[in-house]
Amino acid sequence: MSVVEARPQLARSRRRWPGLLVVLALVITTLAALAAAFGPMLLPNAQAQDLMTGLTGPGSEHWLGTDDLGRDVLQLLVVGARPAIVGAVLVALGSMLIGHLVGLPAGWRGGWIDLVAMRWADLMFSLPALLVAIVVTGILGGGFVLAIIVMVFLFSPGDTRVVRAAVFEQRRRPYVEAATLSNLSAPRIVLRHIWPNIAPVVVGNAFLNFAFALVALSSLSFLGMGVEPGSADWGRTLAENRTYLASNPWAATAPGLAIILTAASVSIVGDWIHQRLDERGQSR
Amino acid sequence: MREWGRFLLVRLAGTVVVVLILSIGIFSLVYLSPGSVEQTLLGNRPVTDATRAAVRAQYHLDDPLLTQYLRWFGDAIRGDLGTSIRTGGDVVSMVGNRLPLTLAVTLYGGLLAVLVGVPLGILAAVRRGRLLDRLVVAGSVAGLSAPPFALGLLLLMVFAVRLDWFPVYGSGEGFLDSLWHLTLPAVALGLAGAGLLVRFTRSSLVRELGQDYVTFARARGLSDRQVLGYAVRNSLVPVLTAAGLILTSTLVATVLVEVVFALPGLGSLLVDSVTFKDVPVVQAIALLLTVAIAAINILVDASYLIADPRLRTGGRA
Repeated sequence: MSVVEARPQLARSRRRWPGLLVVLALVITTLAALAAAFGPMLLPNAQAQDLMTGLTGPGSEHWLGTDDLGRDVLQLLVVGARPAIVGAVLVALGSMLIGHLVGLPAGWRGGWIDLVAMRWADLMFSLPALLVAIVVTGILGGGFVLAIIVMVFLFSPGDTRVVRAAVFEQRRRPYVEAATLSNLSAPRIVLRHIWPNIAPVVVGNAFLNFAFALVALSSLSFLGMGVEPGSADWGRTLAENRTYLASNPWAATAPGLAIILTAASVSIVGDWIHQRLDERGQSR
Repeated sequence: MREWGRFLLVRLAGTVVVVLILSIGIFSLVYLSPGSVEQTLLGNRPVTDATRAAVRAQYHLDDPLLTQYLRWFGDAIRGDLGTSIRTGGDVVSMVGNRLPLTLAVTLYGGLLAVLVGVPLGILAAVRRGRLLDRLVVAGSVAGLSAPPFALGLLLLMVFAVRLDWFPVYGSGEGFLDSLWHLTLPAVALGLAGAGLLVRFTRSSLVRELGQDYVTFARARGLSDRQVLGYAVRNSLVPVLTAAGLILTSTLVATVLVEVVFALPGLGSLLVDSVTFKDVPVVQAIALLLTVAIAAINILVDASYLIADPRLRTGGRA
């Protein structure tokens, strides 16, 4: 009975065109990606200091004003996209890779591999990623690279669980049985036949990871760990300019807004991709 | 009855193992810090042969590692976590002085998250698919994705600098003044939790409203209010699952929020100590947070056994 009721609701949510919110999120995600890719090329002088025009409010020449060193806040924002985003992309990709390396065999083979992998995931999953990153990068003083490695290790249990659960669920389907009976090798079945069916979940999860990693890494650079001093990274720009809230509030709030908008947009896009790919998979 | 007792015991044992493993990691921070151990423990004081020998003797550095760990852990359990390298003070009393403020902000933020998140989640589920629902869901995504330090800064700029409704920093004196001082930090903390709660409450209630008993209750002519009452009560059990996640993430976010609002709590102590490489203080706070998070998770597990009688009988009812 409840199943019959649920149907029309499902049909209505399967709109072919994304809603306004998703379009907005796609635009912001694209802008952030473009800024990360081409920003430093387009604005090579963004970090040039001009101490004479330090800390002015928004105006026609500098749309968001300048910081204490006379750098244009808007230009800094564009250039700062790269250090802020690249780290988060690396974390999302790295933890997706480890998630596959451990999760695929665990879900496919089961047995002791599965047992060990899941206990490991349980142990790591209970750790608050940001706290561990603060303590480890702070005490070891390893900077950006270490921060990313720590994050990959702390994020990967989530990916492992997702991949493992998805493979485990697919393994018992008839098409897998058919493939096994036609003597296809295990890697071929897992990669060519099962993976396309679990891709929506995995890709959606990677987008969520990106959003969390962006927030965590910018938190680290806000605390003065991770990115090296002088970088235009959003978290660091925010931290450096928060003492000037009275003279040019935009110098600190603009990077803050950039982090919030980018993280939220990527989450929304991730959800949307997940839904789209999932629908395609189900109608097949 | 016996089954869920065993379930709790197994969970407890698992948690103890996790805490022990993590405590080894926390202990080894002294050795992971760059430079020699003696230098780490001496801080800025000059490293001479005499001071080095004194440090080696004081911290029993010539003992085997296992003995050193057991001694450290035993002392920690008895409430002795050594002296701070930065201030030379007793670590436990330093942490103790900072703890009440952090607890207050975390609980205040968690309370705000529940008071905002659950009603909004119910509202969104009832108005599912309408404009209001979409706005609430979009808002929850934004709240979830926003780093607490950026939120805190925005709140500071709007409500403290521009509108001058709240103080820019400090923790206040007396109950009302403290409440007033801690409101902005608590809001910055609570928004992420509220976003999470909106998601959990909404999806759980939507599922509950699709159940046969809801249709049946409607068919029997029960009022919408009554039906919603039943559905909400049943939907809140899964929401409890989120409680642990929210408390843990709020605790972590406190670190950043305390730095933004210059609050003298555990979080700012942790950041200062990490920056100074004051290892004993970092170890103490890390150990405290590890135990706190483990305890929260156990309590949450126990609480849904209490909230849902079906789980107690092993799902037979």
